[in-house]
Amino acid sequence: MAEPLIEKSTLLKRVRTAGKALTTPLSPDDYLKLLNPLWTARELRGRIEEVIPETDRASTIVIRPGWGWRFDHQPGQYIGIGVEVDGKFHWRSYSLSSEPTRSGGTVSITVKAMPEGFLSDHLVNGVKPGTIVRLAAPQGNFILPDPPPAKMLFLVGGSGVTPVMSMLRTMARRQSMPDVVMAYSALHEDDMMFRAELRSLSEEQDAFTLYERFTEADGILTPDQLDDVCPDWKERETWACGPAPMLDATIEHYEEHDLRDHLHVERFTLNLDADGETGGTVTFGVDGPSFEVDGATTLLEAGEANGINMLFGCRMGICHTCDVPLAEGKVRDLRSGEEHDNPQQYIQTCICVPVGDCTLEL
Amino acid sequence: MAFSDVREYTHLTDEEVEAIGRELDQIRKEIEESRGQADRDYILRIIKIQRRLAAAGRITLFASFFPPAWLLGTVMLGSAKILENIEIGHNTMHGQWDWMNDPEIHSSNWEWDTTQPAEQWKHSHNYIHHQFTNVIGHDNDIGYGILRMTRDQKWHPVNLGQPVYNALLALFFEWGVALHDLDIGAIRKGEKNPKVLKRQLKQIYKKVGKQALKDYIVYPALTGPFWLRTLTANATANLMRNVWAYLVIFCGHFPDGAVHFTEEELEDETRAEWYLRQMLGSANFEGSKLTHLMSGQLGYQIEHHLFPDLPSNRYAEVAVKVKDLCKRYDIPYTTGPLGRQYMQVLRTIMKLSLPDKLTSHDPPPTAPRGEQRGRRLKDEERPRARSELGHWSSSAA
Repeated sequence: MAEPLIEKSTLLKRVRTAGKALTTPLSPDDYLKLLNPLWTARELRGRIEEVIPETDRASTIVIRPGWGWRFDHQPGQYIGIGVEVDGKFHWRSYSLSSEPTRSGGTVSITVKAMPEGFLSDHLVNGVKPGTIVRLAAPQGNFILPDPPPAKMLFLVGGSGVTPVMSMLRTMARRQSMPDVVMAYSALHEDDMMFRAELRSLSEEQDAFTLYERFTEADGILTPDQLDDVCPDWKERETWACGPAPMLDATIEHYEEHDLRDHLHVERFTLNLDADGETGGTVTFGVDGPSFEVDGATTLLEAGEANGINMLFGCRMGICHTCDVPLAEGKVRDLRSGEEHDNPQQYIQTCICVPVGDCTLEL
Repeated sequence: MAFSDVREYTHLTDEEVEAIGRELDQIRKEIEESRGQADRDYILRIIKIQRRLAAAGRITLFASFFPPAWLLGTVMLGSAKILENIEIGHNTMHGQWDWMNDPEIHSSNWEWDTTQPAEQWKHSHNYIHHQFTNVIGHDNDIGYGILRMTRDQKWHPVNLGQPVYNALLALFFEWGVALHDLDIGAIRKGEKNPKVLKRQLKQIYKKVGKQALKDYIVYPALTGPFWLRTLTANATANLMRNVWAYLVIFCGHFPDGAVHFTEEELEDETRAEWYLRQMLGSANFEGSKLTHLMSGQLGYQIEHHLFPDLPSNRYAEVAVKVKDLCKRYDIPYTTGPLGRQYMQVLRTIMKLSLPDKLTSHDPPPTAPRGEQRGRRLKDEERPRARSELGHWSSSAA
């Protein structure tokens, strides 16, 4: 099996190598995890400790990571979480809402159940404490600089609050809260996540100003209303996270004022081709070359036609020699008509075509 | 002798062949759509049992000075190796569990507890053997380049030794498998790229080193003064696995009724015809649930060849449908008790060690669909035998 990828300590690496003489071709972790499912560094895992409801549709999920996890993420980063549903792992990314060095050895994400989001719904309403999940290490550039700038503005909508929550908690704990304004849009009061915590934070911390906007009653916050909500917004370093239309409007507004450099944006959703048309731009390898591929050409054929060295075998979906992980985007299995859009899922390139833009890991 | 009454299936029209193909596609779809928690629970349970069995066997062997402990430890270790190699390793490398999207049980990175590197196995087995099943000159699994298993392979005086080679192959099966992807035939003809050969040998050498170190040095050394007893126990466990794996594999394609094909069959072969070739070229065997588990469900060899990447725990239910289909279309469905199937294999090995004129002449064991297409091809018109290699090996060229 694959070598343990995530062990960083040299001593433990040596111990593992020595142990492998006894367990080859498996790793010692493959046996240790029979004793405790978290005792493995084959890949990152965690156990769900607690599911805390935040609103009717959102819950905070507290996870105890297993071996190999480092609690040094930067506030604002997100993690990948792989949850087993009916025998199959589904992966999604969620921002960490916990702050980095919290004691107790747990991290937390806050998830909002989306109408079409089957995994988010499962996490909010279905997942039981004790469940073992797979994790991907924290990543992302939507982060809090250290030290934070003197004047900050957070523009958040809906579940876009989660990465900002991690930043606020970090600044509050370090007692380094600069002049912060937060404009938080939610459908209505009950839909506002972390409501109690945010309100008490704004009472305790003079430097933190919270503006609540309930869009069902008052309509969405348009960028031109920023002058009323936060008159000095042009002087502030801004972090925006929320639904795509809100982010697009915000970016446009900042560009008009020549302030794009002072705006940091986090997008949650990928632009997938919704109408199911096949064909798109396929990127072979993260940061690899990209080519236009029509909907009748398999990913394998497209790669070969463009000189990409791709594994192949039977070319008819039997042997799985050609499997590669999907990095992002969506593909369709021509044989079954099934569509795959799980990042990290292995797909058979000889029988899959792109549905919109996608990237393969090679 | 792999023998078959050709008339049994020449009755099929092209339309019927296509209809069979559609029915089999439907069976595949039903399984794909119903894969779920129960299947995952199955493979996780088998993996857990196998790892516990392996650990218990190794630990028991620390008392190998005590003969019953030697016996118990050996049987546990041998059983663990059998489970790992067939039901878990072989099937995982086929991609049967890839749908779970679980990186720890996935065809792309599974490495098994035997001497052949997984990368070479996936090429020689998943691709060459499963794609070109029983096509003479293409499928190197017909006799593994050592045994003459069909009259279409020319007799040579060397074949007189077949009964001995066969016994040796059974005893040292894992070593035969280790060398399988090298393609002994190509080396003999001098067609093998030496760079590729070197690269493959190096990979085998590394894998063999780790396996041998574990079974023949580290564990014996750990048991101190009883090292020799641990060593014999480990060697016996490997031997046990070798003989059993050999038996299961030979009963899959060589009992009477499993047909060989000429390469004309490959030309313009449709998916439905490919299905038909898989059914006609494979043989099942009957046994208890435990027998099927220990043989990685390869007693359902026909179903495995039709759907090599469907989860093995579903083959039993697939078999009911395939059997019914064969009955309706009057297609032979070869099966029988394991012992009888192997006796037929053994008879073929003995018989074909002699020149054809000395043995009773059965009809040639080749499918008629290729011959129906008219004249025999000239040599230069024939498709070339498969010599391409897996990605890793060929990147040395």
